[in-house]
Amino acid sequence: MADCLYLMTVHELHDLLKHRKVSAAETVRSVFDRIDAVEGSLNAYISLEREQALQQAREADNRIGRGQCGYMTGIPLAVKDILCTAGTATTCGSKMLQRFVPPYDATVIQKCREQSAVFIGKANMDEFAMGSSTETSFAGPVHNPWDPERVPGGSSGGSAAAVAADACIAALGTDTGGSIRQPASYCGVVGLKPTYGRVSRYGLIAYASSLDQIGPLTKDVRDAAIMLNCISGFDPLDSTSIDQAVPDYTRALVPDVKGMTIGMPDEYFAEGIDPEVDRAVRDAVAVLEKLGASVRQISLPHTDYAIAAYYLIAPAEASSNLARYDGVKYGYRSRHSTNLSEMYECSRSEGFGAEVKRRIMLGTYALSAGYYDAYYKKASQVRTLIRKDFEDAFSTCDLIVTPTAPAPPFRIGEKADDPLSMYLGDIFTVPLNLAGLPGISVPCGYTGAGLPVGLQIIGGLFGEEKLLQCAYCFEQHTDWHTRKPPLG
Amino acid sequence: MKINAQDVRHVAALARLQFDDNEITLFTRQLNDILGYFEKLQEVDTTGVAPSTHAVSVRNAFRDDIPQTSLTQETSLENAPDSEQSCFRVPRILEV
Repeated sequence: MADCLYLMTVHELHDLLKHRKVSAAETVRSVFDRIDAVEGSLNAYISLEREQALQQAREADNRIGRGQCGYMTGIPLAVKDILCTAGTATTCGSKMLQRFVPPYDATVIQKCREQSAVFIGKANMDEFAMGSSTETSFAGPVHNPWDPERVPGGSSGGSAAAVAADACIAALGTDTGGSIRQPASYCGVVGLKPTYGRVSRYGLIAYASSLDQIGPLTKDVRDAAIMLNCISGFDPLDSTSIDQAVPDYTRALVPDVKGMTIGMPDEYFAEGIDPEVDRAVRDAVAVLEKLGASVRQISLPHTDYAIAAYYLIAPAEASSNLARYDGVKYGYRSRHSTNLSEMYECSRSEGFGAEVKRRIMLGTYALSAGYYDAYYKKASQVRTLIRKDFEDAFSTCDLIVTPTAPAPPFRIGEKADDPLSMYLGDIFTVPLNLAGLPGISVPCGYTGAGLPVGLQIIGGLFGEEKLLQCAYCFEQHTDWHTRKPPLG
Repeated sequence: MKINAQDVRHVAALARLQFDDNEITLFTRQLNDILGYFEKLQEVDTTGVAPSTHAVSVRNAFRDDIPQTSLTQETSLENAPDSEQSCFRVPRILEV
């Protein structure tokens, strides 16, 4: 058994660990053997922490020996390299933070540590989480386990690829405009973006603070619920985290959708969607309908404006958040400068990659004198209308289902010279961030070429339980989530 | 055209970024593509619509002003590119 422990889900492994059928130490060794076999073709990790992980596993085993086995105890996790881990380099996929070693843990990391989870490495990502393909990392692109010539999605592409390839048991990612859900869809795994404020952002390196949210990428829906239990909750260190009781999300895992009303927005099943994606998602909706859900057509009329609003608001916030990287207190400092002002400019110009600079430029322009009303203010007003679209929709339905992405994973390099076409691919995921809503992507089929397709289920604010129930019910009646990529 | 090379240089200066001529040409083209796309927002009637700065209504999060332990000076300087005598060291600002 020890040679295939890496294949396990969190809950399967927990059952074995709790009853001492396996040890956390042998689990970690199994996962590292798997990483050694597949990492060369994936590049899913920026750094691996073998010694530290084995030490944490031994601590987990001691804890289990004392009869204190929490759900996350001894579970080997991949952590997106945007989450601060005390004493372990946190690069954000950027030369700017290549040597940054945080002096403190992100709250989510602290919560996992409290249960003695095991951190095996920091997952690769688009630089500063800006991208939809994990091609912009200073550590090089990540390859999709289903087809190494294609992207794994982004920005949490390393986390998604590692879960899909069984190079970890589960992973943490972050989602500002789809960065958990879209790579989950592209890699055939489960990815959950919680409601804004459900999970503390403390220690998450900020991209766009009003949109960023941390969530799990997992092999099945039960694991997503288990991880959400672990990381959720109010945190005084994040002034936007919300003080609302955290239910036990695993109790929502009832395989039943009878009586649920599920909305299908016309705007998401329109021209421009790949026919194979359209087919797979419609088939998935038919499964839910057969299981007793009532499906109705709805309209989210401002969907077509979401990309423009998002790509003004997110870069505007980014231009402000990334102003802190000046080469003074931490991060990269250029040696090619003679005075302070030049040091700022050279450090930023040498430390940031092209996509990060592009977004800083867009945001700076949108906020600059004379353009604020036409761009940032207008986008923020459209954001209100998008929120209202969802409020109206949720007055007539419990959940909304859509494709996670309009097309299957594209080839590495295919969109590298055309940033706008990359942005347009985020059309189905960004509206949720603008509205703060939770969403999950679950595998719902494959294209003829064997590429995964994801179904996105959207809930109302703090509607994670209903969302998980529907996703779980779908998963229990399909076997898409059990397929494995054709890796060595 | 929404933005020309001179505008791009101005914005770069505001953002403390430097670009060579090739990058200016590329960014001018790409930013024009993107800003051109953003024009579609002008189709939306937003008269009387309040802007949203957050998705979930949040209020100021106050706490009592109680001293707590924070990072030590030594820890705070550990990531410094350059430091001296418990200070962050930067290039000279004033001419003497």
